Amino acid sequence: MTSVLPGFWFGVIAVLWAGFFLLEGFDFGVGVLLPWVGGDETGRKVALRAIGPVWDGNEVWLLVAGGATFAAFPSWYASMFAGLYIPLALILAGLIVRGISIEYRSKVATASGRAWCDRGMFIGSLLPALLFGVAFADLIRGLDMNAEHQVTGGFFALVSPFGVLGGLVSLGFFSFHGAVFLTLRTEGPVRERAHRAARLLAVPVVVAAAGFLVWSFELRGGAVSVAMSALMAVALIISVLLDRRGREGWSFASSAVVAVAFPVFVFASLWPDVIPARNHGPWSLTVHNASSSHYTLVVMTVVALIFTPIVVVYQAWAYWVFRARVSEGSVNPMARLPRPAVSAGEAYQVTSPPDLAAIAKDVPVPGERGD
Amino acid sequence: MRAELPQPLTGATWVTPEWLVASVSGDVMSPDTLARWQFASTTIYHFIIVPVSIGLALLVATMQTLAYRKRGSDGGAVWDRVARFWGKLMLISFAIGVVTGIVQEFQFGMNWSAYSRFVGDIFGAPLAMEGLIAFFLESTFLGLWIFGRDLLSARAHLACIWLAAIGSAISAYFILAANSWMQHPVGYRIDPATGLPQMTNIWRVLFQSTQLVTFSHTLFAAMLTGGAMLLSVSVWHLRKEGAQVDVAHRQVAKMALGVVVIAALGVSFVGHVQGQVMTKQQPMKMAAAEALWNTKSEAGFSLFAYADVSKGHNKIDLSIPDGLSILATDHPGGTVQGINQVQAAERAAYGPGDYVPNVGLAYWCFRLMIGFGVLAGLIGAVLIVQWRRGRLLSSDRLLRVAAWTVVLPLLANTAGWLFTETARQPWLVYGLLKTSAGVSSNVSNTMVAFSLFGFVALYGILGVIAARLFIRTARQGIDRSIDIDPGDATSGDGGLGVSDGVLSLAP
Repeated sequence: MTSVLPGFWFGVIAVLWAGFFLLEGFDFGVGVLLPWVGGDETGRKVALRAIGPVWDGNEVWLLVAGGATFAAFPSWYASMFAGLYIPLALILAGLIVRGISIEYRSKVATASGRAWCDRGMFIGSLLPALLFGVAFADLIRGLDMNAEHQVTGGFFALVSPFGVLGGLVSLGFFSFHGAVFLTLRTEGPVRERAHRAARLLAVPVVVAAAGFLVWSFELRGGAVSVAMSALMAVALIISVLLDRRGREGWSFASSAVVAVAFPVFVFASLWPDVIPARNHGPWSLTVHNASSSHYTLVVMTVVALIFTPIVVVYQAWAYWVFRARVSEGSVNPMARLPRPAVSAGEAYQVTSPPDLAAIAKDVPVPGERGD
Repeated sequence: MRAELPQPLTGATWVTPEWLVASVSGDVMSPDTLARWQFASTTIYHFIIVPVSIGLALLVATMQTLAYRKRGSDGGAVWDRVARFWGKLMLISFAIGVVTGIVQEFQFGMNWSAYSRFVGDIFGAPLAMEGLIAFFLESTFLGLWIFGRDLLSARAHLACIWLAAIGSAISAYFILAANSWMQHPVGYRIDPATGLPQMTNIWRVLFQSTQLVTFSHTLFAAMLTGGAMLLSVSVWHLRKEGAQVDVAHRQVAKMALGVVVIAALGVSFVGHVQGQVMTKQQPMKMAAAEALWNTKSEAGFSLFAYADVSKGHNKIDLSIPDGLSILATDHPGGTVQGINQVQAAERAAYGPGDYVPNVGLAYWCFRLMIGFGVLAGLIGAVLIVQWRRGRLLSSDRLLRVAAWTVVLPLLANTAGWLFTETARQPWLVYGLLKTSAGVSSNVSNTMVAFSLFGFVALYGILGVIAARLFIRTARQGIDRSIDIDPGDATSGDGGLGVSDGVLSLAP
């Protein structure tokens, strides 16, 4: 089949991973750095509050990447997730623990409960941040497969020096990305500690990333992947330099370029394979032998072209609504934003004198508005 | 008119303690055994939570709509307190549904890669659409709703909860469309080159009869579950606090009774239609549900059967004359196919093999699903009558029973899900692919066991935490304060937090 659609969908899935690395990347970073950058209870709340309203929407990029792979490249979906079974199970466990930790942290009653949530947030962010790098490095390196494109190597085939380096690069970069995000999105001690974390992480991340990129050329790669890796290296260094100058917005923008370029680099290195067979080239799973039928790809293309722009618009709007920096102290983090004439919170307040019988047993709440 | 419970068909079709021991010791361990346990565990758990979330999301959106319409008045303020309290409970449930849903997206590829390869051309499409159309909507607007109370206008904030609730319902639609295709594959052809099914008509895949009845049935079930949850918690407060109870709990109880009765009627009616669709499309499933071994006209609906398995006949059997025929065909004299006849027909069509599912499991799950669902509706109806007669609060025993109502739809949902999935066996995709052929052949039993026990342990711990949190929050009851202080930033927490100056008022 000479259709361009399989290639197009390879690109769509790269874009979905790019969205995931860009957005959930800093969520992972915030989770990994939480114990240090957060510091005390208030600081931790500030750091988590910066991602609180958006993290779940960010994670959906991963789910859609998975679903799109299933729909457009069933064999890729089947081979990749069965082949990377143990790392994926650990990633899923991490994401579960992390999601529950962040959502229940404000609901548990005790300090020890919150401490458990912080541990869950840390380990649940660390595992995926590390293992996604390992998994992508393994894909670049190739996996042992049989003629039916089933991955044959066991778990330990996945633990190679190159894979481990890939994992450290993704963990280090997501942490850096999260630190830069916090410098942009918070105020006060958390912002300062995030600057310090970004500075500490900068050199190791740049060195590890450079080593990883050079090593990956030895394995495979073409002009696009070389260009992407050059872009990543330059953007990462620019992000580090801008962070030192206190240009938080531009530093985050550069870091975002790295986050987007990373999956694009991986995909460009793989092309036209989706999983290269390390043991026998012709057994590789490629964009063409893994793809769905033309009809399915057409259906999915129409759906993606209609709904992706809508999703991007409302998700961007959500970021716009929560654009104010989060701070500690008594000032409402949102206080400086122009509010609606009557916010939802205010609209439901009783304008007529309250029915005293209904609230007779009410315990006075500090700061309650009487009017 | 006798429905006979079957003998165990093979060693692996009955879940008994002996069988479990044999499984673990490896005597009957076929490659798909553990993978089936893994999928069943994670999916049943997910499906305990999801109807609660979907039902509560739609009900919270309704509550907030009532608050919006009467905003500024006392009545509106009460509904606002109601919506915030139930929003808190909804979020506790939603969190579990969201994180266990992540596993669902990937475990087809992990444990069922042969299946994924086989059906991906069709099955993957609704899954991808679910993510793109439903998950984004649900998660983004839920975040806006939780944290946006002081940043959005009342109208925009109301729109957020509706979009999140609708997103969760759309998500159910797509995943059930995918499941319906496994029950009744349509809109495809077999590619002569590869032997794999290829999608030819997405509209048939998304809007086939199986899907329309399944989705309606599930949505009504979710409303019944959500309504029963409202009922249980409100009645618990009514019983405990008596005449002193917050008027808000009373309002919720009233709303819940309406929802429970209407949803119970809806789920029964749609279930009846679904039964007829199923009888046509999956005759074996209906036969197994009734343990009807041989084709019968004027077949009775068996209420209770107790079999002497060693002698192969029922010691006790109670049945409603002609009940099954009416259920399946709308006519008292209608003919319902029996297991032996369907087995012969499927053998002729698909070759030698055993096409009979676990009849005992199907028979009892079918009964428990119907029984628990009907019972929940009856409790609702009795409470309405007692309320009208002004005797609700005086009957402590009735309130005590009613406080447990929510357990019924939860059990009914699980039984229904078990029934529809196990009575499809041995098929994974009816008529196209057997379950044993769908498993990942390159994933070892050790690896599946690792993830099975890992997820069961993790889900178990999370279940305990979530249940305790839910019960504690539910018992605290609706905040009596009508105001919140938006000026306190330290209450702004990182989570999808309730102590965010948004939902919580605790000093």
